[in-house]
Amino acid sequence: MMSSFLSIMVTVITLGSIVGCILLLRATNKNKTGVDEGASMGHTFDGIEELNNPLPKWWTYMFYITIVYGLGYLALYPGLGNFPGLSGWKSSEQGIKSIAEKDQRIEAYADKAVANQYLSEVAHAEERFGEVFRSIAYQSDGNYRPIEELATDEDALKIGQRLYLQNCSQCHGATARGSTGFPNLTDNDWLYGGTPEAIKTTLMNGRAGQMPAWIDVLGADGVKEVTSHVLRLSGRKVNTLEAEAGAAKFAVCAACHAADGTGNEALGAPNLTNNIWLYGGSRKAVEETLTYGRAGVMPAWKDILGEDKIHVISAYVYSLSQEK
Amino acid sequence: MDHAATHSENDYNYKVVRQFTVMTVIWGIVGMSVGVLIAAQLIWPALNFDTPWLTYSRLRPLHTNAVIFAFGTSALMACSFYIVQRTCQTRLFGGPLASIVFWGWQLIIVSAAISLPLGYTTSKEYAELEWPIGILIAVVWVIYAIVFFGTLAKRKTTHIYVANWFFGAFIITIAMLHIINNLAIPLSYTKSYSIYAGAVDAMVQWWYGHNAVGFLLTAGFLGMMYYFVPKQAGRPVYSYRLSIVHFWALVSIYIWAGPHHLHYTALPDWAQSLGMVMSLILFAPSWGGMINGIMTLSGAWHKLRYDPILRFLIVSLSFYGMSTFEGPMMAIKTVNALSHYTDWTVGHVHSGALGWVAMVTIGSIYHLIPVLFNQERMYSTKLINTHFWLATIGVVLYIVAMWISGVMQGLMWRAVNEDGTLTYSFIESIEASYPFYFVRLVGGLFFLGGMLLMAYNVFKTISATDGSLKATEQA
Repeated sequence: MMSSFLSIMVTVITLGSIVGCILLLRATNKNKTGVDEGASMGHTFDGIEELNNPLPKWWTYMFYITIVYGLGYLALYPGLGNFPGLSGWKSSEQGIKSIAEKDQRIEAYADKAVANQYLSEVAHAEERFGEVFRSIAYQSDGNYRPIEELATDEDALKIGQRLYLQNCSQCHGATARGSTGFPNLTDNDWLYGGTPEAIKTTLMNGRAGQMPAWIDVLGADGVKEVTSHVLRLSGRKVNTLEAEAGAAKFAVCAACHAADGTGNEALGAPNLTNNIWLYGGSRKAVEETLTYGRAGVMPAWKDILGEDKIHVISAYVYSLSQEK
Repeated sequence: MDHAATHSENDYNYKVVRQFTVMTVIWGIVGMSVGVLIAAQLIWPALNFDTPWLTYSRLRPLHTNAVIFAFGTSALMACSFYIVQRTCQTRLFGGPLASIVFWGWQLIIVSAAISLPLGYTTSKEYAELEWPIGILIAVVWVIYAIVFFGTLAKRKTTHIYVANWFFGAFIITIAMLHIINNLAIPLSYTKSYSIYAGAVDAMVQWWYGHNAVGFLLTAGFLGMMYYFVPKQAGRPVYSYRLSIVHFWALVSIYIWAGPHHLHYTALPDWAQSLGMVMSLILFAPSWGGMINGIMTLSGAWHKLRYDPILRFLIVSLSFYGMSTFEGPMMAIKTVNALSHYTDWTVGHVHSGALGWVAMVTIGSIYHLIPVLFNQERMYSTKLINTHFWLATIGVVLYIVAMWISGVMQGLMWRAVNEDGTLTYSFIESIEASYPFYFVRLVGGLFFLGGMLLMAYNVFKTISATDGSLKATEQA
């Protein structure tokens, strides 16, 4: 709501401009120039004369039609300051300042107490699509169909893939093979576990991976040595002396990545022995990881998509790494 | 040329008009070349050569600033200085001030051409230039206003010609828009933050953005049209009364249309409604200019057969009419729900920018160059005709491609499956747009090719011996 002063100002200037156009049209539609219609106005500018031709009729009517339409619109819809319009339409609940207030409005909407385009479109979509979607995600007893079962249902996978392409492909790629910093979802290497439940938990609540920066603890030489050891873990040829020195310092890493470097799904600590690298497996990339650390974020989707959709996406993601 | 004027030609300040006219051609080529490059980058992203200052995000504002403020505004300054002198029968007011406007404006353009590729930006569309350049623009603009209105004040005619009403409205309004939208708190010499926040900032920005279109690219160029169309056609202006009603309606309604850029956003409903209603009412006043221009040709239609300059001017009015019909239609909320954020908007802008602004400018410059450089005609009328066809085909290819890809994108984005999921991912809509991006690039190349022909023709005309190009008799 704006102040009543502003409201009146907006109304007066708006109607004033429109009425001004009407007056202007009426005034120029009559020939008050003192010159015959079609004759020259009598002044010349650098050889250019102006004729006193009348306004084209069709153009004048067109002008009036747009004005009538405009005034009608302003009577029906919000526009003239705080006047809400006779139709009572609004795009959404504007000016809400708290979640409690929002919930109240949504409840009021359920009783059809307010008209609101956003809420009515959401309700319309629910009416149209809700049943189709629920019949896929749920079984007859009202519980979710198990993810393993959904992962073999072509219809469910089709929906899951569409949702994935809309919401997940921006980071994980259209083919779900990921890219630097974004895990590949089609291999069987899982940071936080690849069971249906673990995948769903990841989607619902998100994950925040934290690899600390080690440069202050290890020093530049230490980083090089530990890098050699880490590369050796996945079978790369490295300077043995350097790797041995790195192995001695690996104790600090073992807390998360385990002594043998196979990682820990409970912490999201990657397996370092399988030659799968989230941030790149070159010596330079591993050194950078050790020096500066990494912070990986998977957003929480439960408030954005809701559990029903996440359940179906989980089935799609789960299916990607299953033997077909 | 019409030598019946009572005023001696020698008393006019043509030097500044010559300077601005030549720079219009040069900046046109620069701005459109950058446009062609970024059109190509949308198809082949590798064309940024992994160089920060060649990336799309930095060259796009360079393209828009170059065509609007370097090409378009140089043309407006050239033509307004020329027209205000000739229709007021007096020399430009303020002596050296006109020269300051020219050099000041070129300095601003060069600063933009350096600072934008370096990545300095306010991030406000069409107002990207950082605050030191913003202040320079305000200063030069005020001097421009002093020269223009000073000349009007000392005119030797009783009335003020309609072209000058439009120039006057454009100069005053752009000063107001520029200053209010650019108010910012400087953080350093190269970075500032807008004093407005959130939806207010967006509203001020599009109040500015749409009226840059409305007053600079519409009102200003209508001023040009009101002089060069009757002059080139040798016919009186069709209706004095029509020019009064469409001028006042245009300037009072246009200023309200900005919110249609913010339909379905956090902008309050009442502002969105007003933006839409005023945009619709704007339709008739916009067409008033087109009618007055085209009807001025009554009794002289045959001249279109042999005069490609007149063809440029009349076709520009046709594109003007088309885009000022399209604009109000796209401002209707339900149409906007389909068109917004798609290439349709890009096509609409270019039917205005290439079809109207550039073509009326090109026609005007072909009229101006011989007058300014003591010739009776351009070096080659044939080349003007070739330019006309290159430009027309270029615009048509451009806007048709963008119409198709825009409507296609809008339909793809809203398509849903029976389970309520979206049918297409965003990237699929981009993939589907590639053929049209290519057609758009070809259209751009046509248009740029025409500009290069123009540069050659202008160069040959300027370098010819004074008075050596004689007018040819027409049947």
